[in-house]
Amino acid sequence: MADTLSSYDSDRRPPPVVEEFLQAMRYRDLIRQLVRRDVLIRYKRSLLGVVWTMLNPLGMMIVLTLAFSSLFGTTRAYPVYVLSGLIVWTFLAQSTTTAMAQLTWGGALFHRIYLPRTTFAIASVGTGLVNLVLSLVPFGLVMAFTGSPLRPTALILPVSILLLALFTLGLGLFLSSLAVYFPDIAEMYQIVLLAWMYLTPIIYPEEIVPPAYRWWMFNLNPMYHLLQLFRLPLYDGRWPGLAHLALAAAIALVTFAIGWTMFTRRADEFAYRV
Amino acid sequence: MSLHTVSEPLTGVPAPWSAETMIRFEHVAVRYRVPHERIGSFKEYAIRRLRGRIDHHDFWALRDVTLQIQRAEIFGIIGRNGAGKSTILKVVSRVLHPTQGRVLVQGRVAPLLELGAGFHPELTGRENVFLNGALLGRSQREIKERFDWVLEFADLGEFIAAPLRTYSSGMVARLGFAVAMAWKPDVLLLDEILAVGDEAFQRKCRERIASFCADGTTVLLVTHDLSTLQTLCRQAAWIDQGKVRCVGPSAAVATAYATWQP
Repeated sequence: MADTLSSYDSDRRPPPVVEEFLQAMRYRDLIRQLVRRDVLIRYKRSLLGVVWTMLNPLGMMIVLTLAFSSLFGTTRAYPVYVLSGLIVWTFLAQSTTTAMAQLTWGGALFHRIYLPRTTFAIASVGTGLVNLVLSLVPFGLVMAFTGSPLRPTALILPVSILLLALFTLGLGLFLSSLAVYFPDIAEMYQIVLLAWMYLTPIIYPEEIVPPAYRWWMFNLNPMYHLLQLFRLPLYDGRWPGLAHLALAAAIALVTFAIGWTMFTRRADEFAYRV
Repeated sequence: MSLHTVSEPLTGVPAPWSAETMIRFEHVAVRYRVPHERIGSFKEYAIRRLRGRIDHHDFWALRDVTLQIQRAEIFGIIGRNGAGKSTILKVVSRVLHPTQGRVLVQGRVAPLLELGAGFHPELTGRENVFLNGALLGRSQREIKERFDWVLEFADLGEFIAAPLRTYSSGMVARLGFAVAMAWKPDVLLLDEILAVGDEAFQRKCRERIASFCADGTTVLLVTHDLSTLQTLCRQAAWIDQGKVRCVGPSAAVATAYATWQP
């Protein structure tokens, strides 16, 4: 019987980067439960529930359209343009922010039981994904309403979502590993997030940026490349080029690798710290 | 500082590793780094870093702890508050990684989660069972299989479908205990003896733990109460200031601890 027992030897652990991955796989049901919890809680105490997930970006879009449509009047189907950007941005902002907050919440648990430390960040991105998919419903309605055709290019969306999720998870883990030591990172990040959003063409058309800055501003901004993976197929109805796709994939993978490595290498310390 | 030192540690040399050894500590040390002043913000950190003034002192919660616990043993750990008893449990449950030394644990470890930690007030009892079971590392399927047992043991009746915020604290504790006790672990960690619910429920809990033991579960029980130690445990260790003062039959350890007590 002894042979069938799993055993733990503190001297023979796989490298943290690998161990954490294996453990997160083992705890996948927990990740599912955490996502379920976050989605459920959202509608438990409200009348409209999950509908809010759809109304939120829609409301933002209406406000922005009212405010800016005369300013950016030359932009074709501005509501579709702005909504495609908002969906992407909301996913990034929400998932990374909750990843940080959840780690602090989970901190109480990390003192008592063993859990793979990445579960909370992964679950935050998972919840973000559920919301992202839900917000595609009002997006489809807006497209129909403004007479923008849905083209076959939308088929690339799963790839776009996957890359965006990897990038977001990497960033969320990177921020979380800092937030454990410095809680005010969370506050600072909100400011950075706001500035970052205005540096990314979410609510304004690219053309309003003076050509002299345009190249620098967009090409050095990783979110620009990921955003384009949504905007090109959904708004412009074009396939992203292979070079663009490769660049976006590289950005996503490198960010994920950095975040994952940094987080897992310090994860042992969290129980002492959080 | 010790006035009555135990002249001879009762036993100190562990037997070689065998299939019957469930937990083994080899010269385990755990160090906490305690910053002199808690640095709470990045700004503060940056300023101090520039001035070159980041200092913390080391606190050794455990020092050179060597222990061996056999299958189906109820092993007691006694000591004063802050002696390092709970740190031992944390090392066994993998919450803390030893700073020095080596820890070997066989089989599935069940920590007794502070009851109700990880519950969410807005979720129903049923939903919380699934969440809590998952936190304990159980799969969806395993929880489904044991759900009826949990329901019966917690004895919540219709409340299982109500949000947890409507529960009394006794009901929360009962549900937490029921989830924790739904599966027979190979190693069970108990931090202080349970004071959950009413007399009848406590008896039910003790019976459940006893049935685990009869079935081969190893129990690691942390306590500072001598009578609990003597009635429940055959073997015990006395931890003081992070070090093992003595190991052996619980009666002998209890005597040593009692005579030393100021």
